[in-house]
Amino acid sequence: MAVKDYIRERFFPHIWCQGCGHGMVLNGLLRAVEALGMSKNEIVMVSGIGCSSRISGYLDFHTLHTLHGRALAFATGVKMSLPALNIIVPMGDGDALAIGGNHFIHAARRNIDLTAIVMNNRIYGMTGGQFSPLSGYGTKETTAPYGNIDHTFDISALSIAAGATFVARTTAFHVQQLSQLIKAGILHEGFSVIEVMSQCPTYFGRKNKLGGAVEMLRNFKEITTPKGSKAKQANPELIERGILHQIEQPEYCNAYEQMTALAQKGK
Amino acid sequence: MAKPILKEHLINRDWCKGCGICVAFCPKHVLELDRDEKVFAARPEDCICCKQCELRCPDLAIEILTE
Amino acid sequence: MNANIKFVQGNEACVEGALYAGLDFFAGYPITPSTEIMEHLAARLPRQGGKFIQMEDEIASMCAIIGASLTGRKVMTATSGPGFSLKQEALGFAIMAEIPCVVVNVQRGGPSTGNPTHVSQGDVNQSRWGVHGDHAIVTLTASNHQDVFKMTVEAFNIAETYRTPVILLFDEVVGHLREKLVIPDEGEIPLVKRLRTAVKEGTDYHPYLPREDGRLPMSDFGSVHRYNVTGLYHDMWGFPTDDPKIVKGLQRHLVDKIESNAHQVQKYKEFYLDDAECILISYGSSARSALHVVKNRRLRGEKLGLIELQTLWPFPSQLIRERCEQAHYVLVVEMNMGQILREVKNAVNFPEKVFLANRIDGSLISDADIRNILRIIQGKGV
Repeated sequence: MAVKDYIRERFFPHIWCQGCGHGMVLNGLLRAVEALGMSKNEIVMVSGIGCSSRISGYLDFHTLHTLHGRALAFATGVKMSLPALNIIVPMGDGDALAIGGNHFIHAARRNIDLTAIVMNNRIYGMTGGQFSPLSGYGTKETTAPYGNIDHTFDISALSIAAGATFVARTTAFHVQQLSQLIKAGILHEGFSVIEVMSQCPTYFGRKNKLGGAVEMLRNFKEITTPKGSKAKQANPELIERGILHQIEQPEYCNAYEQMTALAQKGK
Repeated sequence: MAKPILKEHLINRDWCKGCGICVAFCPKHVLELDRDEKVFAARPEDCICCKQCELRCPDLAIEILTE
Repeated sequence: MNANIKFVQGNEACVEGALYAGLDFFAGYPITPSTEIMEHLAARLPRQGGKFIQMEDEIASMCAIIGASLTGRKVMTATSGPGFSLKQEALGFAIMAEIPCVVVNVQRGGPSTGNPTHVSQGDVNQSRWGVHGDHAIVTLTASNHQDVFKMTVEAFNIAETYRTPVILLFDEVVGHLREKLVIPDEGEIPLVKRLRTAVKEGTDYHPYLPREDGRLPMSDFGSVHRYNVTGLYHDMWGFPTDDPKIVKGLQRHLVDKIESNAHQVQKYKEFYLDDAECILISYGSSARSALHVVKNRRLRGEKLGLIELQTLWPFPSQLIRERCEQAHYVLVVEMNMGQILREVKNAVNFPEKVFLANRIDGSLISDADIRNILRIIQGKGV
């Protein structure tokens, strides 16, 4: 199937701003799904609320556009009910880690086979540029006009600590890696987190004088490095890209099946 | 693998928002924005069909067709 | 011994009713006084191939059952006051996206943590208006275990028929009381199956286009029809829209599908109404005390009657107005500060003759509480 066979063309052009990184995530996701040769009927996409969540409407899968922060809780119900389905859960940074933080860590802890994509643009875009838990100390937003005093999460460290068995990071600039990581995340049996550093030129870029989409993408290139690279040793400030953590652990729905077999034997 | 030969830069002007990402990251400087801020292939003969533009386009507005 | 006769708590009667109705997915979070529902289902569902999951919070359990319902399962969650507050957001989603599901609230004292181990009926209005925005909802209740069973089955049937969440509003006394339950044979109570679309693969399917009879056939996630489900106003394919015409139509549909079928979902019981001069109106465990008073007074020749409400919402205003027309006065018996009282006053032609016998201290309202109010109304002094 061609990439365009996976989208709902009638809703394009999409609602995202000029140069929005989320469109690049959509692009990369399509290539991953195409490369895997997945059928549209076997994919359920569950999203929350915010700019990121609108991705589900553009994709010709079974799509569930839910509540702010709650995508993983809805997705858990779908997956538990029909484990054969592939569930992809795109979320924004505030969506996943502020209002949805509890669902995020517990989905990770259960190691339920969901593919969580955190589209991290460090801001609440849909509401007009307020700081998120990923904005970072010293950044500027409409709700932090004098500089943000909130510290940020490290999404991957948090995910690993919470029990996610596949944790990866890349940026919207690194499109090939983006598709590769989404592919690997879908194939991984267990809870997968793929953090994609995504640019919001409209709010985060403008408020923090980072330039437009092109400049923000160049910056992603400069501040990141492949995991385990020499550059990282020379400059520890660099952010690592790639699969940061992957282990095998019993997957939740499989464990449930085993538990029910036991329960039924004891009957 | 044989080098792909360019057939066409298929550009969807209705979808292009003129962000300039494809223009900036094209390794051969093939693309430009026109007066309407829509992308067009100014130097298609230089295109090496690397598809960086197609893969990076946030609007799915550009496709490299090869022979 | 008949194997179908059990001596159980009301919460277990609810479990039995749900399983009889075909429940095969439950998500919950522990909370007094409803926890026994999830404990029993944690044991029962895996044994019969159903799914049980304890979620990280009340919100998540409401979300999880909605997700599971979309795959075609019959789903339920159970909670109490504070948990019910937390579920309102996702309950609104289920109303908007028209997802069949059953939500049990075994009421305790409130607001806030209130009185977890004691009885109350303070969530009557919350079950009607806890969700923001205009909407309709079905709320059922019961006073004894046989009815808890029956109303639970009914809740699943209504949820499937109208593609809507249904609230089972029990209370702590009914939930924890132990009494006899006779489990009906298979087929004794008709069950409503999920109505699935007959539209074939490749043909345009409209998840939100009602048939002529008003029902909306569903298509399970994972099957051949791919559509969108959203909490936003949406068109007949489920895609977001702000077209005023579509928005208005959707709002009307969400309310009308319940309100115009109100008579189908309004369940109640009548006791000695034919010649009743004084009519008691009650529900849940309060109705047990009310019935006790009515029966005792009848033995003394006093013309008392009782309407026991089993559907609280949509409120059966017309029924109340008609039944109470000849009554000299009406006494609402409930364990709150008059939440159904207000509905009854609005329904009847003589609101000044409607009185309240209530109790709000966490104790079950007694026959003495009701008798005392009757004496005052009847002018016999306190």
